Amino acid sequence: MANEVCFKNLHLDEPWTLAAYQSSGGYSVLKKILQEQTPAQTIVEELKTSVLRGRGGAGFPTGLKWSFMRRDDPGQKYIVCNSDEGEPGTCKDRDILRYNPHALVEGMLIAGYTIGASVGYNYIRGEFWEPFERMEAAIDEARAAGLLGRNILGSGFDFELYNHLGAGAYICGEETALLESIEGKKGQPRFKPPFPANYGLYGKPTTINNTESLASVPEILRNGGQWFLELGKPSAGGSKIFSVSGHVNKPGNYEIPLGTPFRDLLEMAGGVRHGRKLKAVIPGGSSVPVLPGELMMEVDMDYDAMMEAGTLLGSGAVIVMDDTTCMVKVLENLSHFYMNESCGQCTPCREGTGWLARIVHRIEQGQASYEDLDRLEDVAEKVGGNFYAREGGRTICALGDAASMPVLSFLKHFRKEFEYHVEHKRCMVSGF
Amino acid sequence: MSDKPTVTIEIDGKTLQADPGAMLIDIADANGIVIPRFCYHKKLSVAANCRMCLVEVEKAPKPLPACATPVTDGMKVFTRSAKAIAAQKATMEFLLINHPLDCPICDQGGECELQDVAMGYGGDVSHYTEGKRVVLDKNIGPLIATEMTRCIHCTRCVRFGEEIAGVRELGATGRGERTRIGTYVEQTVASELSGNVIDLCPVGALTAKPSRYSARAWELRQHDSIAAHDCVGSNISIHTFRGQVNRVVPRDHEEINECWIADRDRFSYQALSAKERLRTPLIKVDGEWKETDWQTALEMAQAAITKTISDYSPDQVGILVSPNATLEEMHLLRKIANRLQCHNIDHRLRQRDFAHQQDMPRFPSLGCSIAALEELSNVLLIGSNPRKEQPMIAHRLRKAAAKGAQICLINQRDYDLAMPVAASVTASYRGMVEQMANLAKAIPNLDVAALTPEAKALYSKAVVSDAIGEIASRICADGDSLILLGNQAMANPYFSLIESFARAVAKVSNSRFGYLTEGANTAGAWLSGMVPHRDIAGEPLDTTALNAQAMLQEPRNLYLLHNVEPEFDTADAALALKAMHDADHVICLTPFVSSEMKRYASILLPIAAFAETSGSYVNIEGRLQSFTGHTPVGENQARPAWKVLRVLGNSLEVEDCDFISSTEVRDALLSRVGEMTPDNQASVTASAELPAAGTPGPQAVYLGSEVNIYRTDNVTRRASALQQTPDARDNAVRINSATAERLGIGSARQVSVKYNGTQVSADLLVDETVADDSVWVYAATEFTRKLGPMFGVVELEAN
Amino acid sequence: MEKTALNTLVSAEAIAEIDHWIGKYPADQKQSAVMAALRIVQDENGGHLTTPLMDAVAVYLEMPKIAVYEVATFYSMYEHKPVGKYKICVCNSISCLLCGSHEILEYLQNKLGVGLGEVTSDGRFSIKEVECLGACVGAPMMMIGREYYENLTPEKIDKILENLK
Ligand SMILES: Cc1cc2nc3c(=O)[nH]c(=O)nc-3n(C[C@H](O)[C@H](O)[C@H](O)COP(=O)(O)O)c2cc1C
Ligand code: SF4
Ligand code: FES
Repeated sequence: MANEVCFKNLHLDEPWTLAAYQSSGGYSVLKKILQEQTPAQTIVEELKTSVLRGRGGAGFPTGLKWSFMRRDDPGQKYIVCNSDEGEPGTCKDRDILRYNPHALVEGMLIAGYTIGASVGYNYIRGEFWEPFERMEAAIDEARAAGLLGRNILGSGFDFELYNHLGAGAYICGEETALLESIEGKKGQPRFKPPFPANYGLYGKPTTINNTESLASVPEILRNGGQWFLELGKPSAGGSKIFSVSGHVNKPGNYEIPLGTPFRDLLEMAGGVRHGRKLKAVIPGGSSVPVLPGELMMEVDMDYDAMMEAGTLLGSGAVIVMDDTTCMVKVLENLSHFYMNESCGQCTPCREGTGWLARIVHRIEQGQASYEDLDRLEDVAEKVGGNFYAREGGRTICALGDAASMPVLSFLKHFRKEFEYHVEHKRCMVSGF
Repeated sequence: MSDKPTVTIEIDGKTLQADPGAMLIDIADANGIVIPRFCYHKKLSVAANCRMCLVEVEKAPKPLPACATPVTDGMKVFTRSAKAIAAQKATMEFLLINHPLDCPICDQGGECELQDVAMGYGGDVSHYTEGKRVVLDKNIGPLIATEMTRCIHCTRCVRFGEEIAGVRELGATGRGERTRIGTYVEQTVASELSGNVIDLCPVGALTAKPSRYSARAWELRQHDSIAAHDCVGSNISIHTFRGQVNRVVPRDHEEINECWIADRDRFSYQALSAKERLRTPLIKVDGEWKETDWQTALEMAQAAITKTISDYSPDQVGILVSPNATLEEMHLLRKIANRLQCHNIDHRLRQRDFAHQQDMPRFPSLGCSIAALEELSNVLLIGSNPRKEQPMIAHRLRKAAAKGAQICLINQRDYDLAMPVAASVTASYRGMVEQMANLAKAIPNLDVAALTPEAKALYSKAVVSDAIGEIASRICADGDSLILLGNQAMANPYFSLIESFARAVAKVSNSRFGYLTEGANTAGAWLSGMVPHRDIAGEPLDTTALNAQAMLQEPRNLYLLHNVEPEFDTADAALALKAMHDADHVICLTPFVSSEMKRYASILLPIAAFAETSGSYVNIEGRLQSFTGHTPVGENQARPAWKVLRVLGNSLEVEDCDFISSTEVRDALLSRVGEMTPDNQASVTASAELPAAGTPGPQAVYLGSEVNIYRTDNVTRRASALQQTPDARDNAVRINSATAERLGIGSARQVSVKYNGTQVSADLLVDETVADDSVWVYAATEFTRKLGPMFGVVELEAN
Repeated sequence: MEKTALNTLVSAEAIAEIDHWIGKYPADQKQSAVMAALRIVQDENGGHLTTPLMDAVAVYLEMPKIAVYEVATFYSMYEHKPVGKYKICVCNSISCLLCGSHEILEYLQNKLGVGLGEVTSDGRFSIKEVECLGACVGAPMMMIGREYYENLTPEKIDKILENLK
């Protein structure tokens, strides 16, 4: 039961072409909607039935998000796709853009139709040149085929779609930073409220969805919300792409039903490399809490199960670590990432991410004291609140939380290794 | 408005009513509940980035920033709960880790918001052990000192530039902990409002360069005053240290300057300690200057005046008064003039055309309140560069434009007003008159009969261009419109024609009509009779004596100059200087002495400068504002001018002149003036004639000008830091490329400007903002001093 | 104000490309094209930006200069110092770290004889450490110019660089 939604066409020759996409039913839903002038409400309901939850990380139900848009209010509205894909471990949207760009085009067309937007922007991270070119080609093909532009298929519906290229900033994946970036500014998240549905791109009502969320829409509508729901779990329908990376034999993107046991996913990915022992897994992209291998082997890949286990499904990037991994070194790497990627506006994040990175660095270098371990925990809580105490963060966007969750979880599950570094001024695991 | 719905919220157990949607921090502020903050500022957009104002809100999973959280009914807020305090303390700790903790050597020490808030949480908030960030400083000009290591990234200064000054000069470059506030490249901040970031900066990152390290905040004494350089009347506080003015800061007055002041008002005080300060009375004896005592000097002055009157006639006396003089000084001057039966008195020193002076209102005013400018729908500015002439007015217009007001301009240059402009027409000073006729033509149903005969003649030849049509339609559009004549319109040689058209247009378009005047007290000058045709309280005189221009064209035997430097403060410097040099006596009441002055004057009476004297100004709204002064100490024998004039008046046997305080002088005048209601209603009955353009020589162009923002009066001209700014240093002669082409001087770097046998060289700048057929310069500069007039037909040749 | 027009600094093709990007946004939102414009002028300038280029972009897009500097210093793909003709960006984030990005970086530095941020004496190569490039299942990986190279080994790197010569 793999590759049924966004990766449905992977097996085709040059699956990114219009011909390939249409050969497997592409654009038929759009045509149907336009011909029948399907009421927006019906589409929203179908999505709600499907329980498609946002694939960008937060898992917000897409149908509900679309229902916030006041479609019939006058004035420009926008649909924006988030192809910024910057969360370490995550590389699924890249493959959608490269191999199934028309699914995204069709998804954005349907989204535009549903929320009343006549213009869409797809924000692609600046490094994704090949995916960008594929998307550009897809847009050109679609336009040539009368699927984009004015009065699409004679329906009276106008829709233009443009790619916008980023230029290297993880924070632009945060939806309001992304809007700022399209507006030609630094990608600094906006304080909410107002939310984008009221005040979005250029101040106009805007809906932002992840690439995978939008690319899933045509297939959902073609087969029905119920079909999609039944692929997954009642609280989260469908299959989802998991990017499995790190110490596995067959790293890759796997589109599998939500709720699949991690065990099975690990097996698909060829198991732990060199037959070594599984030590730890970060199951949802670098921002979510790490889980020790034993715990992970008992968990299913869905939102609720992850929450119960003390972590999050996030973007579905599964980072696998074997027993040669030094957890201090890994945390040093993660903390360094957040320090580098903080946008710099909120005090706790700007000052705290650097502080965290420096403390972890000192621990790694064997130059820290036990006090530093407490300090590390303290600073992490001051940046992002305590995830385990369900305490929210103190910053405008979730990057502060994202920086603190790894710290708190690494200390929670692997404190011994940190203490070892303090005590012995070197690493507990030899192989790293 | 009274039955607006409110919501009920609770902060720290207090039940409060609030407007729905108001921000929590505003409600707390209004009710005296203290919430710490750094990025929040009531006049700036909400950034919510410092995270200092985090408070606990019932049912919210995380602490919320009070500055960005709208109140909702039933909301329960805790600003001092354990959760709130923990969040605030954490922010404080983060702010301090990279902030130097050397308050004793910081210029902001004692008035630092960071220091204050930090103290509130007890001293020991940080257990930071890593190295601190060091930020290299860039020189951003003569006014603002930077110490960016102290910056806490609140971005107030950045938002100020974008939202208030209208020009983004400071920014936050880089990202994360490498974010730097500054100009990025070494570059002087040039906004005329830039100094406000000094007040906005909560820490010692941006401080006042001129007063840096000169005194500690707690050593300063403060008195309230009124800014003395434009017609706004911005409220200021003057801080003195050991008897010297150490700095000037804005004083909040929502209806006037809100919480801002222009750089000119902030830094002009530096002139008080200028080298050219006149500290003792000086008299010229046999061509030699001698220091003397007050009594001798005043006796000599009295004798000179009396002798002139007896030898010739009262008419041989001319009195020129700065529009920055106080109401009290003006009242005494008018009393002296009346006693002498000499009405040759004027404050309109840069005006050329007095044809319709009888038609002028009792005093010129704005046409609405300063605050009401924000609410206008359409504004037409004629001959005005408010950004440099009345910066706080420009700020209000900027706010209006941000709310959608249509701003239209008819100017000699297409000025960058740092606000959206709906339509703009540029023309030479002469062309502006024709454009006014064109505008009148473009307006349907104009009452042509209301025009003066000279205006009618122009009207009949007028043609409507697209741009003028655009302005006409905007000014006639729905909503509240205002037509404003600015400094440059009033200095225009055809002021009366411009006003005749402007008034006719205002009338038919139902627009308000107003003026933006020079100096701090032009309204007061009219009310106290500082014109040759009106008496105290603006009452008419039977005769019309000589106006400022006529007094110079028809030289007098004796001049009394009150705070005036003729070479810079008059419409034609050459004319004025010649008159001064030819006079038998020039008596100067002045805080400063220049070498030029020493050449033409005979008696120099040192008077207290701005900030040193008490007095009153009437601003452009007709608002009377009185202030006190601080007396200079030490060697300086300068006296408040009202006292000097009182004694001079006594010696000239002026009646009812026994005032013992400036308040008495003011009240005596006010009792005559009565209500000071602004009323600009008037129609123009007489005007100048626009001579035929003729066939000017091939090299001829219209010389036009604007008084340089930092050369407006004797004080600003001596403010040393202001003189280092790009605005003050700009002394180029400007011309657009088409005109340069026509004159064949396109590639010249230097040109000679010739007028009336005089020739002055200057750097040439090709600048497309300048109108066709004109050459534009800054007036009140060395250039105009040498050449002469502010407006006129000149010849231009490449050097 | 010194205003050097963009068209005196970059080619007509570059201007046309910038105009193409401007066309994607509402007419009153030219500023939206600033990221594209900076990328285009940087590419044409051999891989890095200069103050005159940024200033010219500001004038072209009718933005305050400082707003352009802000953008140009916020995003990591803009360079403010010369880089090699081939700018090698090695991903150093977690998945790549787990798969040996450190060795890759070391290998490259040794092979080319330059440290991070340095340009080889022939001007051909420079090496930069970058955060996650979104190709984690192909770790360790790097980007040269616009190309991604995944599952790197020293031998593979040799071949890649060989082909660039
Ligand atoms: C720091 C940060 C980085 C993010 N990066 C991404 C990203 O790269 N791609 C993405 O789709 N969503 C990202 N998000 C989530 C978006 O803000 C947003 O929730 C998402 O695009 C909404 O789409 P969805 O509802 O379809 O998931 C990020 C959020 C944060 C706080
Ligand atoms: S939390 Fe960090 S990244 Fe997010 S808005 Fe604040 S400073 Fe920027
Ligand atoms: S004052 Fe509220 S976040 Fe700064």
